Formats: sequence, C-alpha cells, structure tokens
Amino acid sequence: MNQTQYELNKGLAQMLKGGVIMDVTTPEQAKIAEEAGACAVMALERIPADIRAAGGVSRMSDPKMIRGIQDTVSIPVMAKCRIGHFVEAQVLQAIEIDYIDESEVLSPADDVYHIDKTAFQVPFVCGARDLGEALRRINEGAAMIRTKGEPGTGDVVQAVRHMRKMNAQIRQLVSMKKDELFEAAKQLQIPCELALYVHENGKLPVVNFAAGGVATPADAALMMQLGAEGVFVGSGIFKSGNPAKRAAAIVQAVTNYTDAALIARLSEDLGEAMVGINPDEIKLIMEERGL
Amino acid sequence: MINIKIGVLALQGAFMEHERILTEAGAVCTEVRRPADLTGLDGLVLPGGESTVQGQLLQKSGLFAPLRELITDGLPTLATCAGLILLAQKIRGSSVIHLGTLPVTVKRNAYGRQLSSFVTEEPVKGIGSFPMIFIRAPYIERTAENVEILAKVNGNIVAVKYGNQIGLSFHPELSDNPNIHERFLALCRD
Repeated sequence: MNQTQYELNKGLAQMLKGGVIMDVTTPEQAKIAEEAGACAVMALERIPADIRAAGGVSRMSDPKMIRGIQDTVSIPVMAKCRIGHFVEAQVLQAIEIDYIDESEVLSPADDVYHIDKTAFQVPFVCGARDLGEALRRINEGAAMIRTKGEPGTGDVVQAVRHMRKMNAQIRQLVSMKKDELFEAAKQLQIPCELALYVHENGKLPVVNFAAGGVATPADAALMMQLGAEGVFVGSGIFKSGNPAKRAAAIVQAVTNYTDAALIARLSEDLGEAMVGINPDEIKLIMEERGL
Repeated sequence: MINIKIGVLALQGAFMEHERILTEAGAVCTEVRRPADLTGLDGLVLPGGESTVQGQLLQKSGLFAPLRELITDGLPTLATCAGLILLAQKIRGSSVIHLGTLPVTVKRNAYGRQLSSFVTEEPVKGIGSFPMIFIRAPYIERTAENVEILAKVNGNIVAVKYGNQIGLSFHPELSDNPNIHERFLALCRD
C-alpha cells in the first residue's frame, strides 16, 4: 500500500466517525441495520455471542454470504479475518470488501505474527487493549483502531477499561519531555516516530472506535464520552428483543452522546437487552488473542 | 475582522475536520445537532460521512425543516460528499430525496467500493489547481441549466455552485489546502 492509499483508507474511517457499525449475519439483518442508521455493517456468519456458545474454530465467513450483503446495502461492508491469516485477508480484498477487521473474535491463525497490512490496498481495523497494542497495529498498517472489549458478552466493562487505559497512556506520552519518549517507546514496544506523533498530537494517528459488549444507548454514549469516535455493536442488537428499535436508539445516542434527556427517551421500551455474561463466568477470553 | 459563525452539521461523519480548517481560517464554528443550534449562523457546512445515516438523523433531530428553510433562503452552504447527496434534488436509482435544494442528479458510490477511492489534482473554477480526495465518492450526472459547474474529473462533474450552495464530491477538509474553505468564508461575509 502506498502512502496515498493509506491516507484514503484512514479517510474512510474518518467518514465513519460519530457512527455505529453493526454486526450482521444475513442480507435481511443488513437491511435492518442500514435502515436503523448504521454507518457500516460487519458481515459475519455468526455474531460473537453465538461464536462463544458454539465453541470450536471460528473462521472467515463464506464470501458468497458477504457478497449477498454487499449487494443489499449501499453503506460500507466490513468483514473479519483471523489474526495472522493473510490469505483470508487476500480473499476479502479480492471480493472488494471496504474494510477488513483482523479480529480476535475469530480463532487466531498465527500466535506470533499479525498480518503485514502494509502489503494490502484494502484498509484494516484492529482491536487493541492499550496504547502499545494500538500503535503496534498501526505500525503494521492498520488504518483504524477499536478497543477489543470482550466480544459477545453484553458487558461493557472491558471496553471501558481499554478506552480508559489507552487515553491515560496517551496523556502520559503528551506530558513527557521529548528525551523521555525513547524509553517510553521501548516500554510500549513501538517505534519512536509513533511515540513522537502521540506526544505532539495527543491522539492516535488513526480513528479510534469502541467495541466489545456495547448493548444499550447508554453504553454507547458512555464510550463516546470516554473518547471513542464511534461504536461497533456486535451481538448487542440482533441478540435483543427488538433489533430495529434498539439499533436506531443506539445510533441517536452516539450522535447526541451528552444529551441525557434524549438518551433517557431513547432508552424507553426497547424490550429485552441481550442477556449478558460476566467476564468471570466465561472460559474463553478473546481479548488476550493477538497482543 | 468580524467573527464569522459557521454551523457544521454534526450528526455523523467528518465534521471536526471542517471545524479545524475553518477555525484556522478565522471562523467560529458551532456544531449543529438540534434546531436550537441554527440561530445566528453566517454559513453552514454539510460534511462527509454516510448520507443514509445523516438523512435519517436530519428527520429524527427535527433539523430537516428549519435547515432546509435556511438553505433555500440563501444561507451560504458548503456540502462535501455525503453533504452533496443531502442537497441533491435527485439521487440516481433511488426515490429518496433528502433536502433537495440543489437541482442536480447525483450518483452515489459512483466510482465503486473503497478500493476505487483515489486522489487527483485538477483545477477548480475560481480557485485553481486543487488536491481532490475522493472516498467512495458520488459524482454529479446532470445539472439544471443555471447550476455553475466548478470542476470536472474524467468528464464527470465533481463541483458545482448554485446560488449560495456549493456542492463537492471530494473532501477539501482532508487536504492541507484551505483555499476552498477560505472562498466559502468570503461568500459568508458578503
């Protein structure tokens, strides 16, 4: 990928800001998501809660199923590949996906290396728990970052932890003297140039969304007030009682994330939220995949 | 210099990028999310993002009618990418019309998916050569006679002016070149 393509790919993420990206498994769900105001959809065979329930190895979705969704909606379509599985990524690029999520939700294909994302034209989004992970992914070519959270739980606690940690570490870098950045870069296992960028700009060089466990309009607004530039909602919508209504409410909550009176109205009569699971009740911790 | 107050539609998309470039050019920006945010504006920016999302939120926020009235009454308006789609009177292949104040027909995602996004440098009437960033961009298929065409790329119309409305397919807010925003602010000052 040349520099121009990378800027275009970062630019697409900028266009998604202030929006909600929704997991969908069928063209019908994709249509519901688009009509509810999703700014993009993530096409996958099973949403994270079902991946968790099914167990076993979880892989890239059937390209035919992804194409079906591409043909149904006019908004950008994203899809997931396994961490390190660069051939799945090549396949997704071949079907002209708009964004690839190299995702810990699927079973990792490589327990050491992530994909060299600089070798692709298509943009990548990657999950991160802290600033070091985020900047390592960016150094590998990611054009967008999201918190990992703990997918498929309906529990927002890890997404909050990851967003707070990332922002606290950014503030630390900003407040450092320039000659202290070299040691900080070493500690964070990142190149000095990226440490310098954060020091000078007070933010990541790419857009940063929240993901993992967002289930309600208030969850989404919480992540926005904590500094997220937009929100991914995975299992939270189509595992709930009234997906269309909940999806539309979360979209409005992300736009008006400081308007508590509106969020109160949006939170009324949404029906059953997805049944959450606590992190200490689950055996499989997806956030620990790919560091 | 008097402070020019620009309202930037902040429902979804790349509104902060416009605010940054307008603020550097000396304007005061206010984010527009509710009808109350529309008071006392000298100009309006409709940013890039997803037009389907922005169109729905225009309705739900109660902004649709007052915003449309301001634009038809001649409030200077700069619309980029999704913003252009919001202004267009016709969208190819769709019965949806959003604000419909600009007599043009646009084609959404006219160049294809993200892999077809591109950058080029072409002249814009009254501005000169300008770095144009196209991201899943629309272009304008046809215009009414009284619409002024400001720029074409490969034969397709990518910039127009109609009254005080400026519509662009590309993203000047993502470039380092402030000339289009400065020209827009001059329009707001008149």
